[in-house]
This record gives sequence, C-alpha cells and structure tokens, in this order.
Amino acid sequence: MNNKTRSPLIHVSKRGLLPWYKTWAIRGAALVLALVTCGLITSLVTGQNPIQVYGAIINGSFGSPRKIWVLLQNISMLLCISLAVTPAFRMRCWNLGAEGQALIGGLAAAACMILLPGKLPNWGIIACMCVASVLAGAVWAAIPAFFKAKWNTNETLFTLMMNYVATQLVAYYCVVWESPKGSGTIGVINANTELGWFPQIGSYKYLLNILIVAAVCLAMYVYLNYSKHGYEIAVVGESERTARYVGIKVDRVIIRTMLLSGAVCGLAGLLLVGSTNHTLTTTIVDGRGFTAVMVSWLAKFNPIWMILTSFLIVFLGRGSGEIATKFGLNRSFGDILTGLILFFIIGSEFFINYEIHFRKSGGKEG
Amino acid sequence: MKKILAMMLAVVMVVALCAVGPTASAETPVKAGFIFLHDENSTYDLNFINAAKEACEALGVEYLLKTGIPEGQECYDAAAELVDEGCNFIFADSFGHEPFLIQAAKEFPEVQFCHATGTQAHTVGLDNYHNAFASIYEGRFLGGVAAGLKLNEMIESGAITEDQAKVGYVGAFPYAEVVSGFTSFFLGVRYACPAATMEVTFTNSWYDPTLEKEGAIKLISNGCVLLSEHADSMGAPTECEANNIPFVFYNGSAADACPNTFIVASRINWAPYMQFAMECVMNGEAIPADWTGTLATDSVLMTEVNEQAAAAGTVEKLEEVKAALADGSLKVFDTATFTVNGETLDEYLADVDDMGDFVPETNAISDGYFHESEYRSAPYFDLFIDGITNIDA
Repeated sequence: MNNKTRSPLIHVSKRGLLPWYKTWAIRGAALVLALVTCGLITSLVTGQNPIQVYGAIINGSFGSPRKIWVLLQNISMLLCISLAVTPAFRMRCWNLGAEGQALIGGLAAAACMILLPGKLPNWGIIACMCVASVLAGAVWAAIPAFFKAKWNTNETLFTLMMNYVATQLVAYYCVVWESPKGSGTIGVINANTELGWFPQIGSYKYLLNILIVAAVCLAMYVYLNYSKHGYEIAVVGESERTARYVGIKVDRVIIRTMLLSGAVCGLAGLLLVGSTNHTLTTTIVDGRGFTAVMVSWLAKFNPIWMILTSFLIVFLGRGSGEIATKFGLNRSFGDILTGLILFFIIGSEFFINYEIHFRKSGGKEG
Repeated sequence: MKKILAMMLAVVMVVALCAVGPTASAETPVKAGFIFLHDENSTYDLNFINAAKEACEALGVEYLLKTGIPEGQECYDAAAELVDEGCNFIFADSFGHEPFLIQAAKEFPEVQFCHATGTQAHTVGLDNYHNAFASIYEGRFLGGVAAGLKLNEMIESGAITEDQAKVGYVGAFPYAEVVSGFTSFFLGVRYACPAATMEVTFTNSWYDPTLEKEGAIKLISNGCVLLSEHADSMGAPTECEANNIPFVFYNGSAADACPNTFIVASRINWAPYMQFAMECVMNGEAIPADWTGTLATDSVLMTEVNEQAAAAGTVEKLEEVKAALADGSLKVFDTATFTVNGETLDEYLADVDDMGDFVPETNAISDGYFHESEYRSAPYFDLFIDGITNIDA
C-alpha cells in the first residue's frame, strides 16, 4: 500500500431512485433481520421459545373477534390523530401538540355531556359536543400557529408546551366534576341516562369510530393530493420563499392548516370521550399524540400508508400486552421488541436512500 | 431398565401429587384474571400482584395477569378478553376501573367480578359484582402509635418541647379514603402522645414523586418533626431521610432506602380476600357485595419495626394496642377521643350510598364510635377533626 491518500474504509453515497421491488426487498430483509434479532434476544434473556412469543404477539391482535375489534378501534384512534398532524407536517410545521389538542377536544365534549343535560335534548347535546370539540382542538392549535405566522416563533416548542397546559386544565376539571367527592376522578358520565353517548351501530361498539375515521382518512387523502389547499401546503413545505413568489399567502396557509390539524385532533378527543370511554382523564389520549408523529413519518405523510403504519404500531403494542400476560414477562419486554422492530424498519429507509461502499483491497482507489 | 423404572416412579409420584393437590377437591374449577393499573414498578400495584400470585398458588388456581390497564374502556376490553380466555373470576385493583368493570359484569352474569376500593357494589344491584377493602385505619392507627412513641422520646430527650410535637402528612386527594387514613394515624399519634398536632397537605395525584417531595419539604419547613403519607411514591420518604425526619410509611417497608428514619409501615394484604372470593366461586357460594378485611383476617399487616429509628419499646406497645383493637376493647374512631369544631359528635351522616348525588344518608356514629367500613367496604370517614390543619385550605 503506497497510496498517500487512503480511501476511507466505509464510504456512503446517495442512491438513485430504486425500482419498487428492490426497495421492498430491502424492507423485507430488514423485517426478517428484526424478527431474527428479537428471537435471539427473547431466547437469551427470557428463555422462552421465540416462535411461541411471535405466536402470542399475533394472538394479541387476532386471537378472537373481540381482539380484532379492539385492534381496529385502536388503529382508528391512532390513525385519526396521525391524520391530524399530517397536513401540518407536510408543510414542515412540526405540530407536536396533538396530545393536548385531542385532550382539549375531549374536555369540551365532557363539558357538554356534564353541563347540558336538562337544557337540551340528546341530539342537541351531541351536536354541541361535535362543534365544541372540533372548535376547541382548532383553537388549541391556532394559538401557536398565530404566533408562528406573525412572529415566526418556534412551533415545535410552543405546541409541545400547550400539551402541558391542556393536561393541567383537564386535571383541574377532573377535580371540579369529580364523583365521588375528593376522588379526583369523574367516573362514567351520565351512566344511567346515557345522554351525550354516541349511538352504537348494531351490536358493534366500535364500528362508528372506525367508519368516521375511515371517512376522515379518505377525505384527508383527497384534500392533500387533489385540492388547491393541498398543493399550497406542499409548496409552503418545500420553500416558503417560492410560495411567496408565486403569490401564496404563507401566513394564511400556516394558520389554516394548523386549524385543520387541531380540528381533527379535537375530533379524536370527541370520539374518545363521547363514543368510547364516556369519561375524561388526563391520560385518555394515552400518548397517541406523540406516537402519531412516528406513524405519519413512517408513512411519508401519505394518509393511505398511515393505515398500514398505525396498524404496525398498534399490532406491536397489543402484542406486548399479550406476551406480558401469557408469559408473565413485564410489559417493558414487549416494548423492547417493538423498539427493535421499529429500529430495523426505520433503518431500512437508510439503505433505500444510501449505498455503502467498502474499501476494496488492493491498490485501487475508491 | 433402570431408566424406565425411574420414569414410571416419577409418573406415579406426579399423579399422586396431583391427586392430593388442592384442585382435586374443588367443585367448580376456577380460572382467575387480574387487571392492574400499572405494573410491578408501582408500590400500589406490586402489593396486589404479589397477593394475586400468592392466593392463586395457595389454591392451585390457573391465572392471567393484565398489567398497565388504564381507567377507561380498556378496562372493559381487558375484562371481556379475560372472559374469552375462560376466566370465571376477575379482579381489578384501581378505583377508576369500577364503572368499566360493572359494564363487563352486566354483560357476563356467569362470571364473578371483584373490585378493590370501589363503592358501588351494594347499590348497583348485581349478583356478580363485589367490592372489597380492609380496615386499614387500624394499621394506620398502629403506625400513629409508633409515631407518638417517637415524639415522646424526642420530648424526653429534650430535642423538642411538647408544643413542638407536630407531625405532618402528605395526602393524595382530600378523598374519604385518605381522610380516614390520616385521621386514624393522628388518633394513633395522640393515643401515645396527647400533646401532638398535625398538618396535612395534598398532592392531588396518587403518584407524583416531585409533588410528594415538595409536600414533605413544605411540612418540614413548617416545623413538623415527624411525617407520614398516603401516596404511592418514594418522594416523601427520601426527603425525610435527607433531613433526618422520622416517618411512618404505607404499602411496604422503606427500611432499605431510608435506614435512619423509617419507623414502620402498614399495608393491606389482599391475598386473604382473593383466596376467600375464589373459594366462594369453587364452592358455588355467593360472594358478599362488600367485604372488609381486618387484623383478624390478616388483611391489615404491619412491617417489621425499624429499631434504628423507632423509640424503645415500640414493638411491645404495638403488640399491646393490636390486641386491644382485635378484641374490640379499643376503637380507632372512638368519639370520646376527638372533636369537630370543638364538639363531640353523637351522630354523623356519611355518603355511604355513592349515587353521584353527594347526599349523605347513613348515620355512621352509634355506640360511641364511628363505624368505618361497616356499611360498605370503602372508607367514608370524611370529617376534619380538631388538631388537624389542612395547610392547603
């Protein structure tokens, strides 16, 4: 080796566009590798048979008709919030406040359920809940959007902090509306009268939620891909200057898009309180506002792909719970497996976009 | 040949073991399902998880544990899934699980549902839904006695004067369960040290290490010389250890983390109830709507006294008081030992039937004492007695 300039051992370069079958081959290989790694870790750490563990993970989602319904319900709630953050993300506006926007939507719905009976008939209460939740979510998102549009404040921090304000507000109202006294919990609202409870379709508890979110998903897809608004969002996301140059009012697009983002979050809160739980707690959104960020990214901000990515996340989550129950392992072990699988899946995107060259032996320069 | 013989012997032994095992005598086989709010990292849930395992293993019952189940529709789903798995006995451990467990109980009348700390079993009118609690106020009273003895020791040694004998209490919510707990603790303190007073602060959360620590700091800076608490983290105890303030704990021992200041702790042992309820299912007997465990059923337990922090003679004194509580000669809520706004009570309406109306309807005071956990299992003593100051009010 007489070369004065040595080529590096590893050299990374950007790939051109790969044909679809190659990208899917890379993704498939990543999944297989992930499963093998998880299997190894499972048998090393817990001594359980990995095949049985995988069986339990699948059983956690598909083991019975009830489990399939719960799976679909969980997917629809996660998907709803993921759809909500997507228009903002496409605009490169990082709305990390979905948790709070959904929570405040839920608070508005609960307020209607608690305060309106006796003043309005049932349909009136439900109508008020819908309007109030969507508005509340929109307002919660509009506040940071306004500051960003006017004074270019950082929306990531602003929306994030709004989450804590929403949580504390809900905690406050949990005490105001508590039952029994002093417990700090609201319990099931209108348990006897079922006022403000969304109707159930046949004997299917969760069907209404699933249908509503499916409709939102389709609408969002059309909105983002085939409407003028969707186009404006894409342009602002690519370059604000270009957008200004072609005459798009960037401030208006930011505020309008965040309003939409917050409104859909508010809808998610409405469904959680009015249709699923009929109660309000500070943890009712259950971190979905943050998981949604991952769902949206993994699907490259495509609403239809998000069905798949939210399925993946919920499927793994339900699987974690199942193996915790089945094998007496701590839930955290399931989370470790989930983390590993996601690591490989996200990592595979690197290999789709980049190529790795190793230094060849011999005198040839790379 | 030897191998085959050994194998046969082993098989025979296994069969023989099974034959005398407890399952053989059971009439209805029980499969138990348990629903927990958190996992074993929470002191509250750990106490339940250990009890569930203990009870099931004692009876040879097959069981499934579901951890991390929130207080929402997820609780109903978890219960329904356990029924799908063949469970005919289901137990949930958190107060907020109750309405969702009732929802499941209505849908699956053939399955028995038991719920710890709930209030609605005696009014909801379901044969298969039950509440349970324990007379933990007796455990807290004993903890209070240990604290009072410590105060006496501090007064005798000249570390504090009688006027400075003030204890502090970090509570979660101003909820009857907590009020009942700190009142019984304080009555125990005063039983041993009549000069004592108490200050209470609330965190408005069942688990918040930071707020519990801040509560402890507030009480210590107000001049409290001994602390106790009702919340589920180590926030207050670690602050006590740092400031060398003796304290009485709940849910389990803190002797390892706080060897210099931890005196003693009380806890509810849920295993006797779980075992009792599962035996009822086995024998086809009805489980009562409400069940209150006592010192006699081993449902209320004290940890070992930490001699390094406790006053001399604490162990003996606690045994003596415990015996008096067990035979009924000593009542924790004896109306002769406390006043409210300067008056001794001979009557008090408590909100025992929790119908969401906040209307108290049951007189809980008769025969000279407050009948705690007798008209329903969950505590309903919600009076602020003289000598206790709520510093948040």
